[in-house]
Amino acid sequence: MLTDFPLFPESASTMAPRVDGLYFFLVGLTVFFSLLIAGLIVTFAIKYRRLTPDSVGARFHGGMALEVVWSVIPLGITLVIFAWGASVFFAMSSPPDEAINVYVVGKQWMWKFQHLNGQREVNELHVPVGRPVKLIMTSEDVIHDLFVPAFRVKADVLPGRYTHVWFEATKPGSYHLFCAEYCGTQHSGMGGQVVALGPSEYQNWLASATGGSMASAGERLFADMACNTCHREGEVGRGPVLNGLFGSTVRLQGGRTVVVDEAYLRESIVNPSSRLTEGFQPVMPAYQGLLTEEGLSELVEYIKSLEPAQPVTLSMASTPGGSERTAQ
Amino acid sequence: MSSRGVLLPAHHYLSDFGAASWLLTRDHKRVALMYLAAVTFFFFLGGAFAVLIRLELITPAGDLVSADTYNKLFTMHGVMMVFFFLIPAIPTVLGNFLIPIMIGAKDLAFPKLNLASLYIYVIGASCTTYAIITGGLDTGWTFYTPFSTASSTTAVIPAAVGIFITGFSSILTGLNFIVTIHRMRAPGMTWFRMPLFVWSHYATSLIMVLGTPVLAITLLMVAAERLFRFGLFDPALGGDPVLFQHLFWFYSHPAVYIMVLPAMGVISELVAAFCRKPVFGYTFVAFASLAIAVLGFLVWGHHMYVAGQSVYAALVFSFLSFMVAVPSAIKVFNWTATMYRGSISWDTPMLYAIGFIGLFTVGGLTGLFLAAVGLDVHVTDTYFIVAHFHYIMVGGTIMAYLGGLHYWWPKMSGRTYNELLARVSAAMVFFGFNLTFFPQFLLGYLGMPRRYHAYPDEFQVLNVLSSAGASLLGVGYLIPMVYLAWSLRYGKLVGSNPWGAVGLEWTISSPPPTENFAETPIVTWDAYEYATRVEGHVA
Repeated sequence: MLTDFPLFPESASTMAPRVDGLYFFLVGLTVFFSLLIAGLIVTFAIKYRRLTPDSVGARFHGGMALEVVWSVIPLGITLVIFAWGASVFFAMSSPPDEAINVYVVGKQWMWKFQHLNGQREVNELHVPVGRPVKLIMTSEDVIHDLFVPAFRVKADVLPGRYTHVWFEATKPGSYHLFCAEYCGTQHSGMGGQVVALGPSEYQNWLASATGGSMASAGERLFADMACNTCHREGEVGRGPVLNGLFGSTVRLQGGRTVVVDEAYLRESIVNPSSRLTEGFQPVMPAYQGLLTEEGLSELVEYIKSLEPAQPVTLSMASTPGGSERTAQ
Repeated sequence: MSSRGVLLPAHHYLSDFGAASWLLTRDHKRVALMYLAAVTFFFFLGGAFAVLIRLELITPAGDLVSADTYNKLFTMHGVMMVFFFLIPAIPTVLGNFLIPIMIGAKDLAFPKLNLASLYIYVIGASCTTYAIITGGLDTGWTFYTPFSTASSTTAVIPAAVGIFITGFSSILTGLNFIVTIHRMRAPGMTWFRMPLFVWSHYATSLIMVLGTPVLAITLLMVAAERLFRFGLFDPALGGDPVLFQHLFWFYSHPAVYIMVLPAMGVISELVAAFCRKPVFGYTFVAFASLAIAVLGFLVWGHHMYVAGQSVYAALVFSFLSFMVAVPSAIKVFNWTATMYRGSISWDTPMLYAIGFIGLFTVGGLTGLFLAAVGLDVHVTDTYFIVAHFHYIMVGGTIMAYLGGLHYWWPKMSGRTYNELLARVSAAMVFFGFNLTFFPQFLLGYLGMPRRYHAYPDEFQVLNVLSSAGASLLGVGYLIPMVYLAWSLRYGKLVGSNPWGAVGLEWTISSPPPTENFAETPIVTWDAYEYATRVEGHVA
């Protein structure tokens, strides 16, 4: 026990040194001000200790200069920390475009991972070293939180929507994966490992997949659910054309626009009328509760895989005659 | 503080003994004493849960209690401590007792409402205690949805109803203080002659009145969703779980300042009295209380950086959270400066005050770690945050509460306690506290999540240290129970002003008469005028 007694976590992602840098700055600041205050208090308490029972303290009430100094200095320091923390957070919130996507479903009390090639795992996540990985996460029941201390990343996993976290592992190894949002009986058992593999080991591990990719599973589901009744390939049906939709900007009913991402696709399947594409009737049924989270993510991947059929259907906003169908 | 030949005043607020004279009292001092008994009970009840938590965490495996029991233990520890001890403790005990006296009034503006608030508190607390006895509660004190509305099988509704009821007690207390401070000040007691204790309670009362209704509504919504499946928070019913967090923290972050502002008020009094000196920068300290109260309402989102709110919302909340650091820093610097060239005694209350300033400094500075968004992502929901808020609430609020209790105990009881035992236990509380909670900062940065029944082996050494500290801390809290109770009967009698302090409460007898002042005092001096008002303080 005493031989394995860390006081500082392993640092195994590109984000870890950035977070640690801010941490050490703040530790330094805390030590400095704590010692300053403690030193002053103890010094004063000794130096000005009461020597005769009736003595009173010196009579002075304050000093504007000092008040200004100790208001402005903390203000300046906090602004530096704010900006530093914000820049780290921006980096954490901006997954690189080339990130490998992995879908994550949390449920009481396990983590399910689904890789794009169809590989699935539970409570263990294999990722490559040296490549950014973006987790697209949701929950089947209550709020969970995916936390990998060695990577210094964490994000709540919510039912009914996608949240993201991304990281780039820097050294091979096996790292703790925790649920960090209290979720009931086995909360402390809802964990596992993130296994970071070198590039060739990762390729070997991927190759062990059986079965088809998520997109192909999504394609079968698309046909099974008869989605193509309305979402036809290459021509506008009762629903928008899905080819090339992912990543495009869509005009919504009421004039707002949205960039199509995984979250918007998921929402448009489970609750299509919440952000309806301009020019279409709210005729699509809500699939809330009719599809599993795995099925939803497969459909999302299938839709993402659809290449633009013709340039003209790139986005509904540019469809000629779109306004003619606008009818309330 | 020698006081030979002191006799109890012939007539004082404790003179009558009948049960009815207590249960139907309209005397703010008696209400304060009944609150003292009640919050002390809940403090030790909440503490008992903490003992079991620390025992379980000595070993990595979840082996002492079951996972479900553990989840109930930390929930009940949090609920008891937050809602039934930390929020009411200083305002209802010290505030109730002292605010009217400090401003030269004979009672609070609404004495019957004050008594009613006590009964409401007892009813609410009993309701939640009933829930705990009959089924427990396992949602965490935060009641996060949809766990609390759709998943937990424990007594969520009775517990929430208890807290809902207790909220009215808080609102009535806040209202009473605000009106009292506006309307009942003695002639000459201008706003800027009031003790800072009164200022900080004024700021606290604003939060109680404005914030508590939001918590009440939020808990009603949880109950409605649990009972009738209203789709407010559960996405499966069309609700939004993050909405709950916004509503909950809109109250519960300001609630931190309900716990801390009165503590700051106590510290201002203690530092002035035991340095025999005016508080440095009085107006800055007074306005810092108001600034904290106002800013405190604008920072709730810092509890939700990783909860799925937008990046820009997180940045705004981060910025505002850093702004709260400024008035907090102002207070710490001003207390420290007050000690410069003081006449500093090392009596027990001052030891607590010094402990408070040190621990609050650490607690406040570690708050900067959490306000910095990019760093908060790693440490939120870990033991780092557990350590941080215990530094503020235990190291801050409870240290101040105990310091205040020791300072005003001779006034409340007319007697003094064993000073040696008091100093020893103050030291035990300080060292025990640090041993308990400092290792938790390290555990948190290592990545140990909070609310974990079992944990990986490499976290054990720090957990054992923490549990060892907790045992010291627990004893440190029990000792004052013994010598304070003992002093009620056997303690040496004190005169009206055993500390040689200024302030209206030290001009009346100990214990004070029911009406506080035979004649309404006329105030012609500022607070803490030691150098000019060295009247015969030593009896």
